[in-house]
Amino acid sequence: MNLPVRMFVATTGLLTASLTFAGQERSPAYKYEGGARVYAELGKAPEKARAKRNPMENDPESIAGGRNLFQQHCSECHGNSGEGSRKAPSLRVDEVQRAAPGAIFWILTNGVVRRGMPVWSKLPEPQRWQLVSFIKALGSESAQSRDRK
Amino acid sequence: MYRKCVTSLPAVFSLIFLAFGAFPLNAQESPYIVTYDHYLEEPGNLEIEYFSAFGTQKGANDFHAFWVELEYGATGWWTTELYFEGQTTFNESTIFTGYRLENRIRPLKREHFVNPVLYFEYESKNSADKILKEVEGHDVEADFLVPNAQARKEHIHEAELKLILSSTVRGWNFSENFLAAKDLSNHPWEFGYALGASRPLGMKASATRCNFCPQTFVAGIEMYGGLGDRYSFGLKDTSHYLAPVIAWNLPSDWTLRVSAGFGLNDNSHRFILRWGISREISGFGEIASRIFRGHR
Repeated sequence: MNLPVRMFVATTGLLTASLTFAGQERSPAYKYEGGARVYAELGKAPEKARAKRNPMENDPESIAGGRNLFQQHCSECHGNSGEGSRKAPSLRVDEVQRAAPGAIFWILTNGVVRRGMPVWSKLPEPQRWQLVSFIKALGSESAQSRDRK
Repeated sequence: MYRKCVTSLPAVFSLIFLAFGAFPLNAQESPYIVTYDHYLEEPGNLEIEYFSAFGTQKGANDFHAFWVELEYGATGWWTTELYFEGQTTFNESTIFTGYRLENRIRPLKREHFVNPVLYFEYESKNSADKILKEVEGHDVEADFLVPNAQARKEHIHEAELKLILSSTVRGWNFSENFLAAKDLSNHPWEFGYALGASRPLGMKASATRCNFCPQTFVAGIEMYGGLGDRYSFGLKDTSHYLAPVIAWNLPSDWTLRVSAGFGLNDNSHRFILRWGISREISGFGEIASRIFRGHR
């Protein structure tokens, strides 16, 4: 087999294998909708992690910075306003909004790798806390829009 | 005709890269060019990267090696990559030198103090390969003295295994890579290493989107070199490099990386300047899956 043929075979093989797994990765996302199971991951946060307070809580720029980070890293799967999509669950629901900030931080740090949620420990801690601030603020936004209605 | 084709290789690589430039992405990339950390590609995303390496050469012409990487997040725990590489040796020629298939697997579900990643690679290349993506065995500068016309005739099929260990502490990333490579013809196992440390220049995200905020820059340093082979293991008779690195993660989703590598002994190239540019296509797997399966 000459080089171009080998390259073609290699590329096709790689693409096929990757897409096969991409399809498998997507199917759990359908289970997210309406299912409480996915939110159970928050409950797996150790007590020590859950007890952590958000050091950015009183930072006036925390939510705005978190919004930027969310648009950059999270909105692709969780939706522009955290409403969720086929790929990932809503972050506006009570399960998330009632969760301890430390539990959300723990999920961001560890990901849910087997369900497709990446590890975000590559973002420095203050940025992860800014994301927590923004996610928590989504709950207030939801409440305000409900009150207006 | 053939010569015309090969001299336009860097342009072709750049065009392939730029063709994908219009897609949206989300970038938060490490500055390393040789060292790997434990962060895999997000599932379903395709990252397209172009890299160049300019190297000095004692006793022969300097060179410019270049490669394109297509990095795909197959799952949350598996990233697969395809490389195409080539090089120009000044006053000689520009040639395609081969391709690589690389896979990285994250065996642990959660984040730990040290996070292992297993790496498997197959390389099909010729001896004119100069991208210096790793140093292994007794790689020395003099290996590059062979003219392209001669070096390209020798084909190499190589398997490479790496153990990637990486930790992130207070914004700092520390990564250690240990590699074992085997030319699939009758050659001994060869070994090498790469170490890296890096940190974002700003820890907080600013309230407004900005190009020059400190948090968009990640700076660090990497050191890499050979460790000999199974018959003569050690730091001697091989080459070693130290390279400050910086990445600029633009809010517009481009990432630029620059690395100035300095040879640490007489076996090393005196200077290797590398730069790279990358973009990520979010949701590529889903788009491609729809096209190929014709539903959803």
